[in-house]
Order: sequence, then structure tokens, then C-alpha cells
Amino acid sequence: MSALLDHLPEFWQGLVVTLQMTAASFAGAAAVGLVIVAMRVGPVPVLRAVATVYVETLQNLPLLVLLVLAVFGLPEIGLKAGLTTTAVVVIALYEGAYIAEALRSGVNAISAGQGEAARALGLTFGQSLRHVVLPQALRTVVQPIGNIFIALTMNTSLAAAVGVVELTAAANRVNLLEAQPIPIFVGAGLAYAAIAACAGFVTGRLERRLAVAR
Amino acid sequence: MIRVRGLNKWFGEHHVLHDVDLDVARGEVVVVIGPSGSGKSTLCRCLNRLEAADSGEILVDGEPVPAEGRALARLRADVGMVFQSFNLFQHKTVLENVMLAPMKVRGVSRAEAERTAHELLARVGIAEQAGKQPARLSGGQQQRAAIARALAMRPKVMLFDEPTSALDPEMVGEVLDVMTGLAADGMTMVVVTHEMGFARRAADRVVFMDGGRIVETGEPNAFFDSPRTDRARDFLAKVLTH
Repeated sequence: MSALLDHLPEFWQGLVVTLQMTAASFAGAAAVGLVIVAMRVGPVPVLRAVATVYVETLQNLPLLVLLVLAVFGLPEIGLKAGLTTTAVVVIALYEGAYIAEALRSGVNAISAGQGEAARALGLTFGQSLRHVVLPQALRTVVQPIGNIFIALTMNTSLAAAVGVVELTAAANRVNLLEAQPIPIFVGAGLAYAAIAACAGFVTGRLERRLAVAR
Repeated sequence: MIRVRGLNKWFGEHHVLHDVDLDVARGEVVVVIGPSGSGKSTLCRCLNRLEAADSGEILVDGEPVPAEGRALARLRADVGMVFQSFNLFQHKTVLENVMLAPMKVRGVSRAEAERTAHELLARVGIAEQAGKQPARLSGGQQQRAAIARALAMRPKVMLFDEPTSALDPEMVGEVLDVMTGLAADGMTMVVVTHEMGFARRAADRVVFMDGGRIVETGEPNAFFDSPRTDRARDFLAKVLTH
């Protein structure tokens, strides 16, 4: 236990990095997901194809491979950014594919008549997506998106493998000094569990608040 | 106001519209009747290009209906549509349903959109339902809200695609009353319906479709009392006997 308490500042530092990465990459993933789903359900064949290829590619590669590729590959072609920034961007692009798929299932759950009614009123495709279809789609996929948020939180720990000192890397470093893996990693695990529990609480509240009578 | 020439539409192998010609004059109320699968709903949906026709031309107010994009959206803004399944926006209140398009498409201010919406909801008799979500309303009230939503765009033409087919019998009257009122006010209307009473009462002209073709068209009393074609006679015998 003292192994944990003696190193609280290091854990705290790691936790802060994890939280920052989670917030930034989730915001990025949400933006990516919205753009991709708009392309994918839209009327332009080229954009649909691009979005489909994007989703299939990113969903079918392990995040760790993408992280390693980006961290070691990008500098080779002259793109240099900080480790944490690179990791955040990669995680956002990767999880964005999942968010796009969750949103697409939400769009499919909304009856076609909603979009038809919007377009029949003179709204453009983009307007009907923004004001009518997506707000309803989003409400039906609050829970899956909450799950993606939790998965994303856990996935930030993969950044440890490319040298970002977030919570898991911090725990690992403390363990190298103290050699007490059980309290140290149980402690780190509890911190992740606390973040996930918060996310679950928020999605539950959101789901009830946004419920639409049908 | 609407001019259709040589309209053809296939759903795969199925030829749903067969060389359809139709003219609707300004202020005219045209009621389209016919058996299920005769193509009357498809014809209605082609008029604002919710369905794209495979050949033929459609002119609305002298302009060919654009294929897509903003030009199509502009045309649709002038062509109101009422659906069988109402299609009110489920996540918005009745008032917001009526306000959305005028604000986003016409650029009307919120205050003005709200004032117009209240007027229209009063006109269709559901002023007191303004703040409710659509699912809390009866079918008849929902359909009247949908009519108010379409009217909020001040359309030149209104299309009704079987507006009473999803309603309980006792709610059909309240919707038809609103439509009869609109017709009396001089609105140009194309109404696809099975309500023969409405057709007889409100139509300037009845169009009878079968098998994707317009089989007969005429003034309502003449059509209902002495149809010229066997197919129309046969159809009317079936729907008017009970």
C-alpha cells in the first residue's frame, strides 16, 4: 500500500495526462465521426466510398500498430509532433471510425420519413441531417457512444508503449522502483474504473434526459 | 401550375408509372384515386422528386424540377407535402416542427416564425397542442400539425399522399375538414386518397389510375355517376357499395 501512497504525485501526473488525452481524443473522435457519418449517409458516391474505406481501414487495424506507425513513421516523412499530440491524433482518428459506425446505426434507426419530410420542406441534405436526422440519431446511440468513450479511455494506455507517460506508464515506472505490481496496478486499474464509472453515470443521465417519445 | 409529360418510373423490373401526363391549374384541386399499387403515391412523390422519375418531364410553375442540390431544395420549399405517416419531427415540439423550415430555409426570424406557427396551428384547430411532443397527440392532431408545418412555407402547391389512410375512422373527418377549408381558400392541391366522399365534395377534377396509367379523368360528379371506362366502373362498384 505504501508503494502506492509514496508515489501519489507520479500517479497524479499520469492520471492528469490520461484525462487530458481522453478528453482531447474523444473531442477529436466525435468531430471525425460526425464528418465521416455525414459523408457515408450522404448522396455523393465519391464521399460515401471515401468514408467507407476510412472506416473499414481504421477499424481493421490494431490501434497499437497505428500508434507505432505514426510515432516512428511520420518523422521519416518529415512530420514531427510531440509524442502525446501524435498519440491523441491517432486515437481520435481511430475511435472516430467507431463513432461514425455508432452514429450510422442511429441514423438507420430513424425512419426514412423524417429525412423525407425535412427535404420536402426545402431543407438541403446537410440541413436535414443537422436539424432533423442527427439529433434523433444521437439520442438513440448515447449508450454505444458511452461505451466507445470508455474503450477510448482504456486505449489511451496503449500510448505508454510509444513513450507517453500517462497513468499506465506512470504505474509501470513506480513498479520498476518498488517491485510491488499488485497494489500499484490495482491502484491504476481503480483509477481507470473510476473514469469509466463516471462515463456510465453521465450516459445514463443523458439517455433519460434526451429520451424522445415515439 | 404542374405539368407532367410522358412520366415513366420503374422499381427494378416493375413499371410503376407508364407514360403519365397530368396538368394541374393554379387553384385547382385534383384528387387521384385508384387501387393500391396503381402508382398514385409514386406519382405524387415524383412531383417534388422524393422519387426520381426515369423519363419524362415535370414542370412546377413553369420550371423543370431540378435533379438535385440547392435548386431542388428551393423548389421543394414551394411545394408542400403531407405524408400518410405524418412524419412530424419526433424530437421537437409541435410548434418547433412548424417553425423549423421557415427559419432555416426562408431565413425568417424566430419571433415571426413563432407568430406564424401559432396562427397556423389555430387555423388547423390545435392551438393548445403547440408545446407538446408529436407522440403525445392523436393521429388526427398529428396530421393537422403536419399540414400546418407544410403551410408555414407558404407553398404554391400542396401534395397530399394518402393523408387519412393511417388514421382511426373518427379522426378522418377533422383532417378532411382542414383540407376542404384549404381547397375553398384556393390552394392548388394534388390529393392521393381513398376518401371518395372528399373527392366528390372538394375535387375540381378526379384522376383515376390503374396499373401505372391514368385511365380516366373527369369532373367528380360525372366521374362518380357515370364513369366512362370499365375499369373505373369496376373500381367504383367495389369501393362505393359499402
